[in-house]
Amino acid sequence: MSVTLQEYAKITGDAVIDQLVQLSKTLKGKKVVHVNSTRVGGGVAEILDKLVPLMNELGIETSWEVINGDAPFYQCTKGFHNALQGDTVEIPDTLLKVYESTNQENFKRLKPELKDADIVIIHDPQPAPFLSFCPGRKGKWVWRCHIDVSRPYRPVWKYLRNFVVGYDASIFSLDVFSQRLPHPQYLISPSIDPLSEKNIDLPQKEIVATCHEHKIDMNRPLITQVSRYDRFKDPIGVVHAFQLARKFVPDLQLVLAGGGATDDPEGEAVLNEVYAAAGDDKSIHVLLLPSDAHRTINALQRASDIVLQKSIKEGFGLTVTEAMWKGKPVIGGNVGGIRLQVHNHHNGFLVDTPEGAAMRIRYLYFNRDIMAEMGKNAHRFVLENFLITRHLREYLTLMVGLLHGNQSDRIELG
Amino acid sequence: MTNKQPTPKPRELNEPFKIKDCTLIALATGVRVHNLRELRDKLEIIDSGSIYYHFWGSRLRARFDDPEYNNDFAAWARHGLHDWILAERLGTIDPTEFDNLKELRQEIIEIIEQRLDESEYVPWAKTDHQFAFATSQIVVFNTSKHFKHPEALGHLVPYLSIGSIFYHFIDARRRAPLGVDDFSKWLMDFNGLHKDLVKEIARVDPYFATLTEIRSQLAQIFESYFGVAA
Repeated sequence: MSVTLQEYAKITGDAVIDQLVQLSKTLKGKKVVHVNSTRVGGGVAEILDKLVPLMNELGIETSWEVINGDAPFYQCTKGFHNALQGDTVEIPDTLLKVYESTNQENFKRLKPELKDADIVIIHDPQPAPFLSFCPGRKGKWVWRCHIDVSRPYRPVWKYLRNFVVGYDASIFSLDVFSQRLPHPQYLISPSIDPLSEKNIDLPQKEIVATCHEHKIDMNRPLITQVSRYDRFKDPIGVVHAFQLARKFVPDLQLVLAGGGATDDPEGEAVLNEVYAAAGDDKSIHVLLLPSDAHRTINALQRASDIVLQKSIKEGFGLTVTEAMWKGKPVIGGNVGGIRLQVHNHHNGFLVDTPEGAAMRIRYLYFNRDIMAEMGKNAHRFVLENFLITRHLREYLTLMVGLLHGNQSDRIELG
Repeated sequence: MTNKQPTPKPRELNEPFKIKDCTLIALATGVRVHNLRELRDKLEIIDSGSIYYHFWGSRLRARFDDPEYNNDFAAWARHGLHDWILAERLGTIDPTEFDNLKELRQEIIEIIEQRLDESEYVPWAKTDHQFAFATSQIVVFNTSKHFKHPEALGHLVPYLSIGSIFYHFIDARRRAPLGVDDFSKWLMDFNGLHKDLVKEIARVDPYFATLTEIRSQLAQIFESYFGVAA
């Protein structure tokens, strides 16, 4: 069942929801179509699952279409994804042909829906060629890029750029991801849903039960990192930081919680390295969780004193946002979007080394009042900046701007 | 000597205060700089909308920047260039002191040029710490709320959106008469009846406080002036 705007009002306050209602009046009855490549799994599907019903509740006729493809298509688009994030990936012409023909087939199926829409939002590279098949389109078309394209592998970006340049606008998550394109590039940062299983308030007994299940002692201090077992997330560095910090905080426990390693050969290798680094230390809990263990992750974050995200490369870092929402100070790697969310001495600390992380763990542990204050700051920071209601507001603002068809810096309605 | 008091206009003759709201979305300009000299050069030519955004508009966007610095140039001087002196100088620029963005732009450029003169080398930032000039689009819209009496407006202040606070308390200063917020402009129309309230409102710093803080401060002022909890 969809969550209604009224339920968000309980968290954000009525003013935030009233503003969405007022702003959307000019968009009532407009037809908006989102297109992506999956209905389940991944951040894009997660956000559309929430945004689409909310936009409909505001009177905007919003639908969500998904393209289908076979294994070679997804092999190709996975290659795009990695290449856009900077990996050197050569994609054979045969796969590119599959990519283009799959898009053409999907477009034929969705054409009636798309050609009359007032606004079409195409998410990520998978359906990017759609625009080239729709010369008589009625509405405005926007390409929404959710990927960190700050340093793309140029040959792949050059190929994809040909499909993107014709759009009326594009959206990137951070300004460092924007590209040289001949149309407006809007900036909309990611958000979290405070009412999702991952973030909703949990009863204390559920938190206790989760800790009990994983043999975590709630009477001892706990630090946690939630992320997949990936070298860029530096789980070994986290174990090292824990070992250094424990010299000063002997009761300290560490939870490393992640999933998805079994079908990823490199992930499995990293997990084995983590097991080796942890040895038989009973204070280190290495958890391999299923991808839908949202409430478990939620409970572990809430049970923690401090949350770590010691990545050495990161896009935005929504796990940081999630931890801050739960009122936890975050010790994060001094990279990517983490740097934009964590502010030293305000809501956590940025660190460059395991030693730096250990130093900050020790500092917070021995300054409990400061730790509590930082946790409050962290929660407020997310409340004001990174909830789905802000994300929706920015989409509405963008749509009003596009439908007014001007590039001026100010639009006065009514 | 008799101290002649102005006769207040009957309340019914005053225009009602119409609450407006606004939202902002940021846009990348594609202009990025690596070092202080490049920043100075781009500041000469960048659209004034970008200057507005990095000083004022950023109040309405998801705010990433270190709250220690109230404008993006100061924050970059500190975190990108690691030039604390420049960050302090840029961080104390009060944009309300300038009549227009042209003058504000000139002030920033002068501070940067002074720093370039003092420096033995041009401060530079790592590739992933470039300064990216952005701009914004603001959508202004009506709400259904309007008030004839200041007491009634006071009751509503704590429940105004951040966008309404921005529009009426900050953005208003760019509209005639320059430098005055909409609340004060309207209250002045009561022929001095609420001059003490206007004086109190003038004490609220529009630049160095967050929009949420401004809303709380205004709510408190209205509350103590009318003696009724909002």
